[in-house]
Amino acid sequence: MSEHLSFHYSVDGDNFVSAGQASVQVKKNLRELGIAPEVIRRVSIAMYEGEINMVIHADGGNADVDVYEDRIVITLDDHGPGIADVTLAMQEGYSTANESVRSLGFGAGMGLPNMKRYTDDMQIDTVVGVGTKITMTIKL
Amino acid sequence: MKIREIQELLGAEILCAGDQLDADVHSACGSDMMSDVLAFVKDQAVLLTGLVNSQVIRTAQMMDMLCVVFVRSKRPTLEMIEIAEENGIVLLATDKRMYEACGTLYLNGLGGALHE
Repeated sequence: MSEHLSFHYSVDGDNFVSAGQASVQVKKNLRELGIAPEVIRRVSIAMYEGEINMVIHADGGNADVDVYEDRIVITLDDHGPGIADVTLAMQEGYSTANESVRSLGFGAGMGLPNMKRYTDDMQIDTVVGVGTKITMTIKL
Repeated sequence: MKIREIQELLGAEILCAGDQLDADVHSACGSDMMSDVLAFVKDQAVLLTGLVNSQVIRTAQMMDMLCVVFVRSKRPTLEMIEIAEENGIVLLATDKRMYEACGTLYLNGLGGALHE
């Protein structure tokens, strides 16, 4: 069955205060679809971390959530600086975020590891100077 | 433990969602780093934090938390209070410091995270 539901969100890169609004909206949409609460939590946390990353590092970007019969796919696409060393970026505690980001409660080097933790599959396509596309899949 | 007991034990002021004070909560966590909360928390209903910005409320929303306690006399903004109220999240403010607030709740039976 190829029919599926798609939600598209644009993530504003200028505004830390509003960061996370797309994730809040996803949460509401999935709840209306009757998705299990535990799945909704995993999707929304993974997306929230991704959204925060896009605001902190990439000046915003696009987020797409596709709901299929057997899985939910989150795609985060930005035109930020790219990730020079993905292996290093995946290490818990490693962060390139500055002190001002840390003072906001993020930049602990847990974003990407958290996204991997809460999803069944995560692919990172990144080119330095061009941007990053992260595709996360959660099985239903 | 009911949220009402947390409020009483910490001598905390109720900032919003006072109608949820009788909700039962079974565990809590304390952190100023929201990414750590998102990483290590599982089913905690209460967050104690000294961090004040809108992402605290959003983190609580993502984690389906019922109550946020601001320690060290920190005060959330009106906007934060409004978002929390809309989502039925109780906001409390105490003048106790993080260590003392967590210790008080722990001693009175409110546990921490259960490890997976």
